[in-house]
Amino acid sequence: MAGKPKLHYTNGRGKMESIRWLLAAAGVEFEEEFIETKEDLEKLRNDGSLLFQQVPMVEIDGMKMVQTRAILSYIAAKHNLYGKDLKERAWIDMYVEGTTDLMGMIMYLPFQPAEAKEKNLALIIERATARYFPAYEKVLKDHGHDYLVGNKLSWADIHLLEAILMAEECKPDILSAFPLLQAFKGRISNIPTIKKFLQPGSQRKPPADEKFIAHVKKIFNM
Amino acid sequence: MSGKPKLHYFNGRGRMESIRWLLAAAGVEFDECFLETRDDLLKLQKSGALLFQQVPMVEIDGMKMVQTRAIGNYIAAKYNLYGKDLKERALIDMYVEAIIDLDELLMMYALQPADKKEQYLANIVDKATNRYFPVYEKVLKDQGQDFLVGNQLSRADVQLLEALLMAEEYKSDILAKFPLLQSFKARISNVPTIKKFLQPGSQRKPPLQEKDLPKVMKIFNLGQ
Repeated sequence: MAGKPKLHYTNGRGKMESIRWLLAAAGVEFEEEFIETKEDLEKLRNDGSLLFQQVPMVEIDGMKMVQTRAILSYIAAKHNLYGKDLKERAWIDMYVEGTTDLMGMIMYLPFQPAEAKEKNLALIIERATARYFPAYEKVLKDHGHDYLVGNKLSWADIHLLEAILMAEECKPDILSAFPLLQAFKGRISNIPTIKKFLQPGSQRKPPADEKFIAHVKKIFNM
Repeated sequence: MSGKPKLHYFNGRGRMESIRWLLAAAGVEFDECFLETRDDLLKLQKSGALLFQQVPMVEIDGMKMVQTRAIGNYIAAKYNLYGKDLKERALIDMYVEAIIDLDELLMMYALQPADKKEQYLANIVDKATNRYFPVYEKVLKDQGQDFLVGNQLSRADVQLLEALLMAEEYKSDILAKFPLLQSFKARISNVPTIKKFLQPGSQRKPPLQEKDLPKVMKIFNLGQ
């Protein structure tokens, strides 16, 4: 009954990418069914498969889960990536919400009007280097551990690595003022399951190009 | 050492309101420290009290918690409003995330330019009555129970009630087609802690008045 989780989304990063990262880091194999056309999305909606008519949707453990954070929390808890108690979970939640905000800005960049792109990119870089990265650098500095919370790999570490790599795609030297984050990046990237996910041929998706953005806009009526 | 939780925000609903609801529903007394000016926010930022320079911030159990969802998760789990196991939590999370989406839509209404307001309101009503409310109506219908998850009060019920009442402020008959949501609304409003919160004099905040919008925009440096 419990087969592999099955992911329903477009063949690109979007809101599903963090879920792919988490499953991969947890060593969980998963299948993907890609929405290629508007009709594919309509079919999922008409099937009653999408609780709020939206994707991401992940079939997992007999549930058709929707809402990105709900899915991520479930996977994290199930695979021991959510800390050992309520307080550790609180810190993980706080850190993940920060990286979610940062990655959200980067994700929406291609969907902003062209004239605002330069300004928005500058804002992303400012937020990354003045708001978010300093916070995580300080966390690592203050406790001197390898991981953000509880001296053990958690969802927060995986999410931060994803955010760092995405930010570097915006500006390759964006970590130049953050030595501990650079070391963190090297360290977490070397975890076997994550290392595997970072290699070509994995289910990790590339950044969206112009053509893909147009394709997505069409499917979601944007 | 751990006194009452202390909430840092401006004196209005915004992103702090669902946290006030949750604490009140759990019967937890809390203090509030209101940001009145931009300087108040800057002072808080400079003090290092805000992990990402943002509010809401809640001092609770020795932590200075930020990020609305993180705070909500912690309170719900601490006060047994988060279901009994992983699967119930998954359902609660799904329901709550959608409610947050709807809340977000409602919250952004005040920031719309005057000529866009009518269309925006139509969109809110459409999403509420065609996407969100039918789901919760169906959940209640299929289960025939008093609460959304696990036959006991959870965060999902508290946050749904909050959203229903907020939606009615935009269109008073918005629940016309949803008899089970109407009885749900009455039932959850009668839970003693919630009933108390709904009475005048509680820490529940009123909707944002047009005249207060400039002050809020100034504190958060919005829309210059």
